[in-house]
Amino acid sequence: MSENKKNWPLWEIFVRSKNGLEHRHFGSLHAADADMALENARDVYTRRNEGVSIWVVESKNITASNPEHNAEMFEPAKDKIYRHPTFYDLPDEVKHM
Amino acid sequence: MNNEQGDSRLRGNLYNYILTIADNSLILGQRMGELCGHGPSLETDIACTNISLDLLGQVRSYYQYAAKIAGDGRTEDDIAMLRTEREYVNVLLVEQPNTDFAYTIARHFLFDIFHFLFLTELQKSKDLTLAAIAKKSLKEVSYHERFTSDWIKRLGDGTEESHQKMQTAIDDLWAYTDEFFNPTSAEKAMAEEGIGVDITALKKKYYDTVSEVLEEATLKVPESKYFHKGGKQGIHSEHMGFLLAELQYMQRTYPNLEW
Repeated sequence: MSENKKNWPLWEIFVRSKNGLEHRHFGSLHAADADMALENARDVYTRRNEGVSIWVVESKNITASNPEHNAEMFEPAKDKIYRHPTFYDLPDEVKHM
Repeated sequence: MNNEQGDSRLRGNLYNYILTIADNSLILGQRMGELCGHGPSLETDIACTNISLDLLGQVRSYYQYAAKIAGDGRTEDDIAMLRTEREYVNVLLVEQPNTDFAYTIARHFLFDIFHFLFLTELQKSKDLTLAAIAKKSLKEVSYHERFTSDWIKRLGDGTEESHQKMQTAIDDLWAYTDEFFNPTSAEKAMAEEGIGVDITALKKKYYDTVSEVLEEATLKVPESKYFHKGGKQGIHSEHMGFLLAELQYMQRTYPNLEW
């Protein structure tokens, strides 16, 4: 455990709302370990019947992009509409694309 | 005894029997509800409140059924909120206060193990309403048992301080555990009819299960053989009046209040 006994570490909570859908980030909470994080997530995020599956991951294990690098990370993609697959003529028989 | 007398005695016993079950959950639900906004952390606060709401949801089913059996015009709210202290028949354990989080968890744990065993048996009741309530409640109670058992282990097998606090709470509340297994006349009558549960048969399994969790939590199983009783006969501890004052305040101040 860390030196700081007063604070439990932070966990990120991912919930799958329905079978077949992907897990989505729902929020974060504090817990002493993964088991407690699951139980806390159950009570905090699924008590109104929001989920069928929960993943928890300790927040420190997530590597996030740095907002300061947004210019070079994301802006170059803004004017490249040709990367969207919208320039094809789809046959009428193909319904779900 | 003619059929009519027999029928009325059965209804009286059934009514009292339903209260014996429901009052435990009502009073414990009220105790857990007291922690709303006062839990040790935001997450445990929500967990305790959820558990409280589970219990209060269960008691609605019981009191609605009791009101139907009584058939004297009283509603579920009248039965839940407007009895006098002597008319509540919950065990003494559930009215014990939230002295600290160890007491809250120990009290709930000692109840959950009983509750789980009890509902498992009640599912087989000849009374289909009680069997259905038991079946529905059991999923919730399985989670309560898991939640409190986990906390018993965490605190018991935690730091020196948490171990000592958990042991104190278990030692103090232990004296209230035997009351579960002393059947009232309604409990005896209903067990004979195949409607109620033979609670005396649950005793060994109860103490075995409790001991197993305590040992895993590195806690000592208390050896005391002195046990309190009286709640099931309406003789309550000094805490009960204060609890009822808070529970009944709204209905007594604004009679027939509805949300």
